[in-house]
Amino acid sequence: MNTPASNDTVPVIEMNGVVVGSLADPDRVVLEEVNWTVKATDYWVVAGMHGSGKTDLLSTVGGLTPPQGGSYRLFGYEMPIFDKERLGERLRLGLVFDNGQLLHQLSVKENIALPLRYHRHLSWQEVEERVKTIMELTGLSDVANARPSTLARGLSKRAGLARALMLEPEVLLVDNPLSGMDLRQAQWWVNILSELSSGHSFLHGRRVTIVVTAQDLRPWRNLDCHFAILKKQRFIPLGHRPELAGHTEPLVRELLAETATQP
Amino acid sequence: MAAKNLRCGVSIRDFGAFNAPRTRAWLREVVPLSYSGFLGRAIFGLVITAQGLLAFGLITLGVIVSKWRAAPSVTLPLVFVELRRSGLRLIPMFAFMSAALGFAVIGQAVTQLSKYGATSMFLGNIMVLAVVRELGPLFTAMLVLSRSGTANVIELGTARAQGEVEALEALGVDPIHYFVMPRVIGMALGVFSLTIYFIMGALLSGYLWAFLQDVPLGPGDYFKQLADSLTVLDFVILAVKSSFFGIAIAVITCYHGLAQPLQLEDVSRATIGAVAQSIIACVLLDAVFILLYILI
Repeated sequence: MNTPASNDTVPVIEMNGVVVGSLADPDRVVLEEVNWTVKATDYWVVAGMHGSGKTDLLSTVGGLTPPQGGSYRLFGYEMPIFDKERLGERLRLGLVFDNGQLLHQLSVKENIALPLRYHRHLSWQEVEERVKTIMELTGLSDVANARPSTLARGLSKRAGLARALMLEPEVLLVDNPLSGMDLRQAQWWVNILSELSSGHSFLHGRRVTIVVTAQDLRPWRNLDCHFAILKKQRFIPLGHRPELAGHTEPLVRELLAETATQP
Repeated sequence: MAAKNLRCGVSIRDFGAFNAPRTRAWLREVVPLSYSGFLGRAIFGLVITAQGLLAFGLITLGVIVSKWRAAPSVTLPLVFVELRRSGLRLIPMFAFMSAALGFAVIGQAVTQLSKYGATSMFLGNIMVLAVVRELGPLFTAMLVLSRSGTANVIELGTARAQGEVEALEALGVDPIHYFVMPRVIGMALGVFSLTIYFIMGALLSGYLWAFLQDVPLGPGDYFKQLADSLTVLDFVILAVKSSFFGIAIAVITCYHGLAQPLQLEDVSRATIGAVAQSIIACVLLDAVFILLYILI
């Protein structure tokens, strides 16, 4: 079965009993029995401790590693959708890696322009305006011609976001955007993701479905998000914001620890 | 496993299966448990590598054919980058090396031939036999391998270790189309062109050295000897052989850089393996072409 239902109610991401393998070693199981449904324009925050499989989960959602078991449908299509005919569906989903994962042989500007130039067959002049806009939006104008290896981590990650946004994805997967960020940077990420979720002018006001992973739930707890945690190879949905505060799960209490200051 | 079978396209990371650490660990044993065991391991290692290289080569060919016209504004500049690196920028070194090769061949030939008093009669033939048919293409391939083949492995190995392959896949860009195809085309063209320049340089410098050694041979006679010794087959084989050398070096270096899960510290090991296998592949290819000469 590989035909999607034609109406808009098809969930963006639908996982039934999916077994997630590790990105580094696809035969090693990281998460078992993931049952998860993400509807269009949802905003999900998936939290977990270091090494709990956040990146591996996003890799499976993004089609980089095939699920080891279970059924995973993206836009109603059975995944993985690697073949050429499904490229269109694949590009509806953007992935922002933990450290940007820019191509080191290209400048920041060229990195950001690459997806548009590759898929839309556009010349440099044709994409320049769009690249300029996104670089201003992400605060990268000053480093447009820099090599990725000379960038600070925060800027690399922003360039990764800019590159993912160039193809105007409907779903954005962001891996651990707040790790290693100072308060101001963290606030910037929370704000831009909220704006994208509620409709950003760069994407012509279209609302984007967002899945974010995090090691800390505090910056997100006042947002209108869905929450889930990864614990002991399990994916545990926590529900919506109001349900979070009274949750008895010890890991939730830990991830929401009141001791540190909130950005 | 069922999910894996659903995947119709080929991901470059599928090649991890050939080189997954646990499959390979027993191949890395240094001290033989027994000589037969050692030999067996070596043969298995060879078969696994040959299988991987062949599969990688065929997939690259498939991508070149199917995506020939896809995204030229991105891949064409990459072809030129490779062509510059494996061709244009090597010309100064090749000018020097071709002069040196011309000197070596002519110097030795004159010394030997003068013993029989036939110095001026066979210089052209010897140059065609030694330089055009054998040393020219093989020498060029070795020099390109040492200059840009190694750079390929290091560059791609680093890219692989830093997750650039995953980044390209996430953007829907085929890593073989982006990384491998331009290198294969650029290197094939580069080795082919350099071979021509190298041979021309060696033939010219050969005459110069002969002239300096007072060999009684006019330039007209020398070039007539060359022209008489060359056949159409020489030109065809030269073109095919040099391009094949370029393709073999590019495929092997890209395979070692890209097609296995690498950490940064593995890059040097991958480079060593790629250089050794490229040399062996070029020599084997050369042997196949010698067979052609014998058979035709």
